[in-house]
Amino acid sequence: MAYTIEGNSGSWEVVVGLEVHAQVISKAKLFSGAATAFGAAPNSQVSLVDAAFPGMLPVLNGECVAQAVRTGLGLNAEIHLHSRFDRKNYFYADLPSGYQISQYEHPIVGKGVIEIELADGSTRQIGVTRLHLEQDAGKSLHDQHPTKTFVDLNRSGVALMEIVSEPDIRSPEEAGAYVRKLRSILRYLGTCDGNMEEGSLRADVNVSVRKAGEPYRTRCEIKNVNSIRFVMQAVEVEALRQIKVWEDGGEVVQETRLFDSARGTTRSMRSKEDAHDYRYFPDPDLLPLILDPAWVETLRAALPELPDAKRARFIDAFGLSPYDSGVLVAEQPTAHYFETVAAGRDPKLAANWITGDLFGALNRTSRSIEDSPVSAASLGALLDLISDKTINGKIAKQVFEEMVETGAAPDAIVQARGLRQVVDTSAIDAAVDAVIAANPDKAAEYRSGKDKLFGFFVGQVMKAMAGKGNPALVNDAVKAKLG
Amino acid sequence: MSLDQAAVRRIAKLARIRVADDALPQLAGDLNAILGWIDQLNEVDIDGVTPLTGAAQMTLAWRADMVTDGGDAERVLSNAPDREGQFYAVPKVVE
Repeated sequence: MAYTIEGNSGSWEVVVGLEVHAQVISKAKLFSGAATAFGAAPNSQVSLVDAAFPGMLPVLNGECVAQAVRTGLGLNAEIHLHSRFDRKNYFYADLPSGYQISQYEHPIVGKGVIEIELADGSTRQIGVTRLHLEQDAGKSLHDQHPTKTFVDLNRSGVALMEIVSEPDIRSPEEAGAYVRKLRSILRYLGTCDGNMEEGSLRADVNVSVRKAGEPYRTRCEIKNVNSIRFVMQAVEVEALRQIKVWEDGGEVVQETRLFDSARGTTRSMRSKEDAHDYRYFPDPDLLPLILDPAWVETLRAALPELPDAKRARFIDAFGLSPYDSGVLVAEQPTAHYFETVAAGRDPKLAANWITGDLFGALNRTSRSIEDSPVSAASLGALLDLISDKTINGKIAKQVFEEMVETGAAPDAIVQARGLRQVVDTSAIDAAVDAVIAANPDKAAEYRSGKDKLFGFFVGQVMKAMAGKGNPALVNDAVKAKLG
Repeated sequence: MSLDQAAVRRIAKLARIRVADDALPQLAGDLNAILGWIDQLNEVDIDGVTPLTGAAQMTLAWRADMVTDGGDAERVLSNAPDREGQFYAVPKVVE
């Protein structure tokens, strides 16, 4: 069902394209030997190249090129063996050279595609227009002093990949799914850590609206949106704003806007008339970037299994549902955890425990799966205790909670608490006899046809056995004794 | 292609160069002379000629991904007209 917004003049369709800036994982910057680590003291990771001292020349970091190519391959995109660096000229305090080295006419990566999965289980292909390499700017701090702006150039010159989508996105949900999927692919590839809080991944959101069947109308660009939730909100509030402008007889003007997350609105950035006159030209300090096709192939051969392939394998090899598979492959550590637990065990059971009890415990304790209180090996050992009938499923939940609390091994907990399941039929028979003896009227009702009471008897027997009875044996015994 | 005085004023502004109004005609004339010469070059038929990217047969040099620089804030701040602690300080820019 296509997403539309109902206005006074009928239904409106939303058209969205995203430009995502992804910080490349590398030790050193794109054109200098200064470090890229987050959170260092101001201006402590700056070379004279990054500070644009006169006469300093850029030298390209080969690993950043490799990372861009890996990302292009991961997006099923064309790799351009010839690309070029251009200067994008603009004046700002945190851009000391007065230009950003970017790739304008000839990006390193061309058209690709990202498949997104939606809540209703459907999938859509979103086109990627291009990916290019460029430098990040420095960081301005406007709130430290009444009349001055402070500038820290640690980020200046760090490699970014700008990944531009086609205007194929049609709803806030799809915009969120696109960023989530892109981030997942980048993390699998190890080319960007995807950390939106630290600014390693930021999105510029292009939004326009139109009536069904119309060509595109004027779009606005919302700059630097730094969380998936905000991307989705920004699409919605900007679409509503534009619909109101059109329906009030006005005209949407192409401009750059800011998303105000506190107010849930977008507002115009005081549009400077010169803002988009970048006067691009080829950077004369750098030769064209020529790649050897054999080198590209070695990178391709070393790519990890990506989320789409892994998801397909989880569905085929483990018989999981598409939904569960999607949840498990979204983050590589989760997929790895699952595969460790599922090895030699029931995959469906492993998936249920991970997406249910484990995710619940991680949420509750605010921990990630990488520092999970319950290791994959321990969860596996717990499942073994269920399958060899040492404990039943209900007791297993209790053992699991204690594993979360204490980090102890499941068999140690079962041992210490005496939770071993009772499979001794004489003990079960005795418990069933006692329950029937204590509830003669209910036993009579059951025998006269009130089948629903069966559950009552099983429950009472389990209670009497402190939950440790083997459920199948208890069922059998109750059936036999009441029959 | 030829530039009028308004275009020259705008180019100067983008480049953050202050040009007095009475200097604009002279500057426009100089720039137009350069553009005229480029127009003349543009008459050469270069269809099928690979662009010359340098006088020497060189390929773009790559550096290894190693941290070899930085760690000297004093040096990079040495030319700063103003600073606060380890930051550059500039007149407040508010968007």
